[in-house]
Amino acid sequence: MKSFTPEINMNEKVIDIHNLYKSFGSNHVLRGIDIDVHKGENVVVLGRSGTGKSVLIKIIAGLLKPDSGSVNVLGQEVDKLDNVALRELRLKVGFCFQNGALYDSMTVGENLAFPLKRNTPNITHAQVKRMVTVVLEAVGLAKTVDQMPSELSGGQRKRIGIARTLILRPDIMLYDEPTAGLDPITCTEINNLINEVQRRFHTSSIIITHDLTCAKDTGDKIVVMKEGKFVKRGTFDEVFTTQDDLIKEFYDYNFIQ
Amino acid sequence: MDSNIEQPEKPVISKGIDGFFKDIYNIFSFIARIFAEAFKRPIEVREVIRQCFQVGYKSLALITMTGFITGLVFTKQSRPSLSEFGATSWLPSLIAIAVIRALAPLVTALICAGKVGSGIGAELASMRVTEQIDAMEVSAINPFKFLVVTRVMATTISIPILVAYTGLVGLLGSFLDIHLNEQTSFISFFQEAFKNIYFLDFITTGIKAVVFGFTIGVVSCYQGYHATQGTQGVGKAANISVVISMFLIFLEEVFIVQIANSIR
Ligand SMILES: Nc1ncnc2c1ncn2[C@@H]1O[C@H](COP(=O)(O)OP(=O)(O)O)[C@@H](O)[C@H]1O
Ligand SMILES: [Mg+2]
Repeated sequence: MKSFTPEINMNEKVIDIHNLYKSFGSNHVLRGIDIDVHKGENVVVLGRSGTGKSVLIKIIAGLLKPDSGSVNVLGQEVDKLDNVALRELRLKVGFCFQNGALYDSMTVGENLAFPLKRNTPNITHAQVKRMVTVVLEAVGLAKTVDQMPSELSGGQRKRIGIARTLILRPDIMLYDEPTAGLDPITCTEINNLINEVQRRFHTSSIIITHDLTCAKDTGDKIVVMKEGKFVKRGTFDEVFTTQDDLIKEFYDYNFIQ
Repeated sequence: MDSNIEQPEKPVISKGIDGFFKDIYNIFSFIARIFAEAFKRPIEVREVIRQCFQVGYKSLALITMTGFITGLVFTKQSRPSLSEFGATSWLPSLIAIAVIRALAPLVTALICAGKVGSGIGAELASMRVTEQIDAMEVSAINPFKFLVVTRVMATTISIPILVAYTGLVGLLGSFLDIHLNEQTSFISFFQEAFKNIYFLDFITTGIKAVVFGFTIGVVSCYQGYHATQGTQGVGKAANISVVISMFLIFLEEVFIVQIANSIR
């Protein structure tokens, strides 16, 4: 369970999605999704591979367009924004990719400085350096600043990915499978980092995972997704006390993993 | 939003033909977008210069060698037929016409399609499949402008420079052979060589070079930027970039030569 009680403002929704549909050709991926995320809250979306979890957060970040339904992020309809407004919104929505998606032609330091410099043209060299140090220390990897992404381990890459997102000081964090492919100890470290980010940077998050430990450790609210729909929602205990076939399936699945 | 080209559900004519027209449409909108974003501020001068160096750096050694050998060998092969008529003094001018009008742009473009085109295709494809392009997009950076526009500008600028360089190296190769065989001096070789080269030749070669450079940039960026199928897509993008670029280069060569000859 979480080691602290986050400050969640139940009166303020930062993400509010209604009846969201998305298909690729004849592949109907999302079939009527409803989800809301309150300010300060970590919502875990739990589901097996290929159920459309990544598609869901890519729509939230404006990388994909929904077919129908409303996607409201920080009070704005994402799919109706023009380029300028979408850019503004993206500065407030951080996206952590499954494998970090670090720019492999740049050092760790340059990876972190890049989004900052591009989005704040008048920033000084010293300011960039200070911000880079702050976020690197936040993820506990200050010594890697001059390394190339190829020299990092999987867990380190994910943490640098999180740091690169944090450097723009987002209000919302979207994590795509933050613990996938990591050993249990590194998983725990990442889970703690996600909570640390929530506590320290006051972010609201959607965490996508198929890992029960991650869901349990980081989620204030859990939704279970199956075949493009949400089939269960509640706190971890509420969702996982029910003797439901689906939930059992999940336990088995995680056990096999 | 542009990042994922989605396939239509039901084909209008047949899947293949529909796909063909969709590809053509996609490529033209890709090109239109390059022009639209190339003039938007801020222009990525530093990145363009960096990419120009990449293009030059990747292809210079190969181009130097190929250009030099082309000039040299072409001279050697042409000598016997000319000497039958006692016309070896025409060699410099013959070689210059061949090199400047045809060989320099073609050799350079083909080598760059192989070296630079595959490099760009693979680089952008691997950035696509590892989600680096999406990562730029979500951190409010315009990946199209930063990655595609700069690379297309770089190939369009540097390939004409490389063509001029190849022409020069090719003529030097030819000079070496002529100097050794006919004892022609450096000055008189170049005087002879440029006797039958006209302004139109420089213009056509210049236009060819720009068109070839643009083609290599657009084709390889398009293939890389729209890569799919994970790591497999990287090799495929690199490979297809080279094949399509080379094919288009030959088509454009024929086309431009036809136009130039009708003007001449
Ligand atoms: N850009 C795309 N074009 C076509 N199909 C896609 C695209 N992105 C995802 N899909 C399809 O959507 C489905 C869900 O994918 P995804 O959201 O990545 O699953 P996951 O829940 O494992 O993250 C898959 O069947 C995938 O093939
Ligand atoms: Mg996924």
